[in-house]
Amino acid sequence: MLLRIFHPKNLRLAVMILPLFPFIMPLPVMADELNSGDTAWMLTSTVLVLFMTIPGLSLFYAGMVRSKNVLSVMMQCFAITCMVSLLWALYAYSLAFDVSGMEKGTTNFYSFVGSLNKSFLQGVARDSMVFTIPETVFMTFQMTFAIITPALIVGAFAERMKFSAMLWFMGLWLTLVYAPIAHMVWSGDGGLLWDWGVLDFAGGTVVHINAGIAGLVACLMLGKRKGYPTTTMSPHNLNFTIVGAAMLWVGWFGFNAGSAVAANSTAGMAMAVTQIATATAALAWMSSEWISHGKPSVLGIASGAVAGLVAITPASGTAGPMGAILIGAAAGVGCFLAAVKLKRVMGYDDSLDVFGVHAVGGTIGAILTGLCADASMGGAGLAEGVSIAAQLVTQFKGVMFTIIYTGIVSLIILKVVDAVIGLRVTEEEETEGLDLVLHNEKGYNL
Amino acid sequence: MKMVTAIIKPFKLDDVREALSEIGVTGMTVTESKGFGRQKGHTELYRGAEYVVDFLPKIKVEVAIDDSKCEEVIEVIIRVANTGKIGDGKIFLLDLSEVIRIRTGEKGSDAL
Repeated sequence: MLLRIFHPKNLRLAVMILPLFPFIMPLPVMADELNSGDTAWMLTSTVLVLFMTIPGLSLFYAGMVRSKNVLSVMMQCFAITCMVSLLWALYAYSLAFDVSGMEKGTTNFYSFVGSLNKSFLQGVARDSMVFTIPETVFMTFQMTFAIITPALIVGAFAERMKFSAMLWFMGLWLTLVYAPIAHMVWSGDGGLLWDWGVLDFAGGTVVHINAGIAGLVACLMLGKRKGYPTTTMSPHNLNFTIVGAAMLWVGWFGFNAGSAVAANSTAGMAMAVTQIATATAALAWMSSEWISHGKPSVLGIASGAVAGLVAITPASGTAGPMGAILIGAAAGVGCFLAAVKLKRVMGYDDSLDVFGVHAVGGTIGAILTGLCADASMGGAGLAEGVSIAAQLVTQFKGVMFTIIYTGIVSLIILKVVDAVIGLRVTEEEETEGLDLVLHNEKGYNL
Repeated sequence: MKMVTAIIKPFKLDDVREALSEIGVTGMTVTESKGFGRQKGHTELYRGAEYVVDFLPKIKVEVAIDDSKCEEVIEVIIRVANTGKIGDGKIFLLDLSEVIRIRTGEKGSDAL
């Protein structure tokens, strides 16, 4: 991701500043030399991002479903964590981050997906390096992103999908959607969206738009839950949800500040803007709800915080604090309208608002990244000779590409899995609850 | 003998128990229950999805007493459980044909 730390502009800055501190500043580490500060931070970030999925996201989602399905959601998040870890080691890391055959400005097969040269983690040895950290750490850090992205989709089809179909879908989706998109955006020179100049620091397109669109396609393919929207489907334990949202918030510092792949000033600013945008979005959602429904709610402020975290993600390496407030406010209001109003009008049953929060928040963030990166907005500055308008067009292209690619490929995967084993549990099983029917267990034996 | 069944607001339970103890009531049965009367239910709103909840949480207090104490018990419950607002609950009075203490087999007033 922050392969852009080697952007010529940043290097020039370093060269300008360095002579001022000839004795106290170490020379920038350009070779593959291990930096223990960077490595320590990336070890920590990796743990924080894993913490986002288990237990953070699991609890956030589990609280919002009915008590008969609480275990099914936690089980899905847990099983995805295990399965993706294994697939990542076997081949998916290679598909996403192997750079063989790539060349700056040249679009070839490897602009879309990496080769299998690093499958079975061949060459990812004890002493392999990525920038200033061991490749083992980089690989595991990226693995935690590959884990949370499919896990986010769970919210869209919660309470009605077969566990087996879920596993097949997620395995195929990781391979055919996540790995290629991550490769196109993050693998560096020669990657399709990278070469377009799309700015996506920590995963607005790769993680959030990607998961949000896949969620929308999945909930449309599976159909509404039985009884939706007339039957009461209130969240069974909002305590879980607010605790889960708080864990996501804490873990997200690993996600955003960790995407600097270094313990440096970019990481510091990423941390600051993440906190500011999240707080702003939480208040914006809460206020929107207070104005339109009369009362501020716990679910509302928690949802707003997640919307803010999502939206600042692509901008976290380039935006400044005031840009963060703008992004947070836009995401809080925009995601509120999408999850609360748009969903009612359109009538789709995105159970836990994966589309409304992640696709909409991700899009708002990805577009505004183009604006807030500019120095006039307090950002880190756009690349030499690129205007705000041009960057906005690039961002829009990146968003549209991701939406179309994910939409089509997710649909195909779902169609295939549906044809082979079926996606949905029977009506009777759905009424009984997935915990008992699919796992022979109950969440609560009180 | 009579059975007094009172449906009261949950936060009034301690007051009712204390007041009844003071007038010599030596036992009662309490159940958490749900229901609605004139108060009706309330609405809940989750991300814009509105659900009407018909049944509100209440406490059901059952007291078995001698006929002679009946009026006093009812008076106490009315006084103590009263907030003056809709939803304070109701008292049902039933005749009680027999009471038996399981441990000893005593019957009637002796078993109360």
